[in-house]
Amino acid sequence: MIAPQNIHKTFGGNRVLQGVDLVVDQGASMVIIGGSGTGKSVLLKCILGLEQPDKGEVLIDGQNITNQNRADMLGRFGMLFQSAALFDSLTIWQNVAFRLLRGRQKRPRTEARDIAISKLRRVGLSEKVADLYPAELSGGMQKRVGLARAIAADPDIIFFDEPTTGLDPIMAGVINDLIREIVTEIGATTITITHDMSSVRAIADHVAMLHHGRVQWCGSVDTLDQAQDPFVDQFINGRSEGPIETVR
Amino acid sequence: MTPLAALGRTVLGLLASIGRLTLFFGETLGHMIRPPFYLREFGHALFSIGWLSLPVVGLTAIFTGGALALQIYAGGARFNAEAVVPQIVAIGIVRELGPVLVGLMIAARVTSSIAAEIATMKVTEQIDALITLSTNPMKYLTVPRVLAAFLVVPLLVAVGDVIGILGGYIVGTGTLGFNPSTYIRSTVDFLEWSDMRSSLIKGAAFGTIAATMGCYFGLTSGRGAQGVGRATKSSVATAAVLILAANFLLTSLLFAA
Repeated sequence: MIAPQNIHKTFGGNRVLQGVDLVVDQGASMVIIGGSGTGKSVLLKCILGLEQPDKGEVLIDGQNITNQNRADMLGRFGMLFQSAALFDSLTIWQNVAFRLLRGRQKRPRTEARDIAISKLRRVGLSEKVADLYPAELSGGMQKRVGLARAIAADPDIIFFDEPTTGLDPIMAGVINDLIREIVTEIGATTITITHDMSSVRAIADHVAMLHHGRVQWCGSVDTLDQAQDPFVDQFINGRSEGPIETVR
Repeated sequence: MTPLAALGRTVLGLLASIGRLTLFFGETLGHMIRPPFYLREFGHALFSIGWLSLPVVGLTAIFTGGALALQIYAGGARFNAEAVVPQIVAIGIVRELGPVLVGLMIAARVTSSIAAEIATMKVTEQIDALITLSTNPMKYLTVPRVLAAFLVVPLLVAVGDVIGILGGYIVGTGTLGFNPSTYIRSTVDFLEWSDMRSSLIKGAAFGTIAATMGCYFGLTSGRGAQGVGRATKSSVATAAVLILAANFLLTSLLFAA
């Protein structure tokens, strides 16, 4: 279970998070939606420890995550970044097997390569790409490699940061389906942040909407369309008129 | 803002920067003695900083040695001291020009490359990715580069010294009419172990400065292409100034009367 509690974060004078409370049950898929600048990415970074919250705590399986036990916690994590964030200087298989080539989960090189290739196959990429470099792949293929890297060490928890941003609708659908299949397959607890409503409907068990640094609405994906919240209604229907201010 | 307040702000900013750099270097040293150690990255850094810098170091040294021989010959001719060309070229290259020029070329080639690479990694979330993959960026990126530069730049300086002296030899024997064997004997007889030692110590110090500045400005860069550009520019400028300042300090310490 992942439970950020009363998370506050300010950058300069900008109060990005103003007391976020969330509970993601074990094995559940939570999708966080919200407009640009509402603090979705910052919340994810606070949970991961990439940003230090000004106030509040993050509980994982009831344990408060501090700088002391963060390394253990990160060993259970996988993350797909918005830009895939593949390491330019490493080949594709070395990117996928990064965690398996060093640190506590280190394996022999040949075994790590075999695992990487099996994960690449799982995301629909052939062995032929294993020895290429990230710059030689298209954006969609890089996203798949990022996904393969995120699941390479069979993590308990996976985060997806805008998994379909920058992809065409067909490739976005492929990535959404892959995420859903893989998450169901390995039973991981996941948090996804996205603006893409097709992703929300494909991936989510539960949805939370952030607005002005707080959770505006939270509920099952099945109840999203019936939500009586005007902020949710405006966002999911993409209306310019409503309580969410838009800059024209 | 009054001029006094502006001066105060500048001085405080400078002191804060020195403090941050010192803490960064201290943290780097701390990570050097604690596992895990990334030997593959260290090997790659040795190759990239050492082997790939040889052409630029060699070319810089040979032209500088040749020009130095011409200058000393022309200057020495004013008081009939042309014969000291081999000795002055040797001491000038080994004590000063070899380490300083190699240090500055390393700042131009290696510091800029490290800063641009790491800053780009930061902008494209690769540093965040490293952290989520349970890898400390200081250990994975900074330690291998700083350690490799500390070890390999003295060797580059030694190579630069030899090639610089060779440049003087080529000009001295080819253009200025020196006898080849006399030129070599004069050089070898004149140089002392302390000259070589100072050259290697300076090389180690300059290599450490160059790599540390690249890593520091890369890891602390701002966002976007402008952030990468600024990090690269600042890293090279700071490394060059610190290398020249360190050269003065080390010369004062090593050759104090």
